[in-house]
Amino acid sequence: MVNTKVTLCGIEIDNPIIPASGTFGFGQEFAELYDINILGSFSFKGTTKDPRFGNPTPRIAETASGMLNCVGLQNPGVEHVIAHELPEMKKIFHKPVMANVSGFSVEDYAYTCELLDKEEQVGWLEVNISCPNVHGGGMSFGTDPKNAAEVTKAVKAVTKKPVIIKLTPNVTDIAAVAKAVESEGADGVSLINTLSGMRINLKTKKPILSITTGGLSGPCTFPVALRCVWQVYNAVKIPIVGMGGVTTAEDVIEMMLAGATAVEVGAANLVDPFASKKIIESLPEAMAKYGINNLSDIIGGAH
Amino acid sequence: MKNLVFELLTNKKIAKNTYECVLCGDISDIKCGQFVNIMIDGLYLRRPISVCDAEDGKLTLIYKVVGVGTEKMANMEAGTKLDLLTGLGNGYDTERSGDKPLLIGGGAGVPPMYKLCKELTSQGKKCSVILGFGSMDEVFYEDEFKSLGADVYVTTVDGSYGIKGFVTDAMNMEYTYFYTCGPEPMLKAVYNKSTTSGEFSFEERMGCGFGACMGCTCKTKYGNKRICKDGPVLVKEEIIW
Ligand SMILES: Cc1cc2nc3c(=O)[nH]c(=O)nc-3n(C[C@H](O)[C@H](O)[C@H](O)COP(=O)(O)OP(=O)(O)OC[C@H]3O[C@@H](n4cnc5c(N)ncnc54)[C@H](O)[C@@H]3O)c2cc1C
Ligand SMILES: Cc1cc2nc3c(=O)[nH]c(=O)nc-3n(C[C@H](O)[C@H](O)[C@H](O)COP(=O)(O)O)c2cc1C
Ligand code: FES
Repeated sequence: MVNTKVTLCGIEIDNPIIPASGTFGFGQEFAELYDINILGSFSFKGTTKDPRFGNPTPRIAETASGMLNCVGLQNPGVEHVIAHELPEMKKIFHKPVMANVSGFSVEDYAYTCELLDKEEQVGWLEVNISCPNVHGGGMSFGTDPKNAAEVTKAVKAVTKKPVIIKLTPNVTDIAAVAKAVESEGADGVSLINTLSGMRINLKTKKPILSITTGGLSGPCTFPVALRCVWQVYNAVKIPIVGMGGVTTAEDVIEMMLAGATAVEVGAANLVDPFASKKIIESLPEAMAKYGINNLSDIIGGAH
Repeated sequence: MKNLVFELLTNKKIAKNTYECVLCGDISDIKCGQFVNIMIDGLYLRRPISVCDAEDGKLTLIYKVVGVGTEKMANMEAGTKLDLLTGLGNGYDTERSGDKPLLIGGGAGVPPMYKLCKELTSQGKKCSVILGFGSMDEVFYEDEFKSLGADVYVTTVDGSYGIKGFVTDAMNMEYTYFYTCGPEPMLKAVYNKSTTSGEFSFEERMGCGFGACMGCTCKTKYGNKRICKDGPVLVKEEIIW
C-alpha cells in the first residue's frame, strides 16, 4: 500500500488533491455526482467583503488545450457565504476546507479573513492577490512585493489559521513576491493563478470576452506553472500548493517533484466533473509505477 | 446530471449547414428544454446542444455548423462514441401552457421546440408552431411538426418560403401561453409582441454547463441566474434585457 497523505501547513490531508477556487463552487454540483469527502480538501469560490455580480458575459473563451475566463469574482459576499453557503457545504463535506478570499483594499482582505477565521470548518485561508479579472483589486496586490507583503501582514494579524497567499504568474519575478509574503509570516503560497490573455472573434472582429482580457488556465499552462513552482521552491521554505493545468496523477507527481506539497485542480473539473476523483483514484497506481511509496517523500525531489 | 457515453447512429444534413444526429444511450435523465454538453475530440470545452427529441433510448440533436466544434460534429461517423453530460438545465414547464400554447423557434432555436410540442400534444393541448429561418434552403422539420398535429407557420426573412418576414410577423393567432428559443434579437422581438406570459430559452458561452464556474451568469428580476443551471429557460416576468 502506498501512502498519499501529506501535511499542508500543519494539517494532514488524505491526499494532496484540492479542487481549485472558482472551479468547484461550494461543492454542491460535484456532491451530486460523487462523495467529495474523498478529496484532500477543496478551495471554495473566491469570496469578497461585499456581494459581487462580476463581469458581463461572455465570460468564457476557448483556446487550444485551455480556456479563458473573466468571471470577475462573482460571489454573494462573505456574510452570505457564512450564513448560507458554509452551512450547506457542511452537510456534504466533513473535512477542513480552504477559504479563498479576495479584496480591493488591505482592509477588505482583513475584514473578510477575520470573519472566516471564526468558521470552524475553515482549515486554511487562501488569500488571492492575483485575480486578473477585476480592476483595482486582486492582481494589483500580487504584482508588487511590497503590496503583497502588506496584505499578508494585515491578514496574519486577524487570524490564527494558516494563511496561504495565492500568487500571480503575471510578474517578472514570482520568487520575489513569494519571499516578500514569507517575510511577513505567510504559512504557505499557492500558485499559479491564471495567466492574462485574450481571444478575438473573427466573425465580429472584436474581442470575445466582455472585458477584452481574461485568465488562461488548463493544460496549456502546465509548463509555466511548473516553472513557477520550481522557482518559488528555490526561494522560500514555506509549503507550496501547485496548480495550473493539472489533469492527471502524473501531473500531480510532476508538480510535487518541482516543489509542491499539495496540488490544486481547476479547469479540469469543468470539462470532466469527475476529474479530481479520477486523479485520486489513479494516484496509487501512478505512484507504484514510478516507485513512490510515500508521496510526501517526493516534494521538491527534482531539485 | 449524468455523465454518459452515447453511440452515434446517424448524422445527416437536413438543411443548409444544419445536421440532425441520432444517438443511442441512457436518456432516463432528459427533459424537454434541457441540453446536453458534448465532449469533442481535440477541443478543450464541451459544446452545449439542446435536446430535440429523446425517446426509446434514442437522443436526437440538431445543430448548425458555425465553427470548429460543430464542423467536427458534422464529420462524425456512425459508431462514434461520444461523452455527454445529460440532464442539464431546468427545461420548460409544460403545466403552465394552457390549452392553446404557441411555440416559436428561430434557426438553431427550432430543435428544442420539437420535444416540447410532442409533450404538449400528448397532454391534449393544441399547439401552434412558428418556425423562423433566413431563407428556404435553411428550413427544416416543418413536416415533423405537422405530423405531431400542430398548426405550423414557417417564416423566411427573404420571403423565399412561407410567410415573408420574422417570426413576429406570424404571431397573429390566439394563444394561451408561449415558449420560444432562438437568437437574442428574435427573443426580444417576441417579448415585445407577445400578449401572454411565456418562457424563453437563452444561450451563453459556457465553461462547465452544470453550475460550477459562474461563466454564464445573467441578471434577472429574481436574482442572478446561471443560464446553464437555473436556466436556460427564463420566464417572461423575470427577464431584464
Ligand atoms: C443551452 C444551449 C443550447 C444550444 N442548443 C443548440 C442547438 O440545439 N443547436 C445548435 O445548432 N446550437 C445550439 N447552441 C449553440 C451551440 O452551442 C454553438 O453553436 C456551438 O457551441 C458552437 O461551437 P463551435 O465550436 O462550432 O463554434 P466556435 O465559435 O468555434 O466555438 C468556440 C467556443 O464558443 C462557444 N460558442 C460559440 N457560439 C456559441 C453559442 N451560440 N452559444 C454558446 N456557446 C457558443 C463554443 O461552445 C466554444 O466554447 C446551444 C447553446 C446553448 C448555450
Ligand atoms: C472559471 C474560473 C474561475 C476562477 N475563480 C477563481 C477565484 O474565485 N479565486 C481564485 O483564487 N482563483 C480562481 N480561479 C483560478 C483557479 O483557482 C486556478 O488558479 C487556475 O485556474 C489554474 O488552475 P487550472 O489550470 O487547473 O485551471 C478561477 C479559474 C477559473 C477557470
Ligand atoms: S457554464 Fe459554468 S456555471 Fe454555467
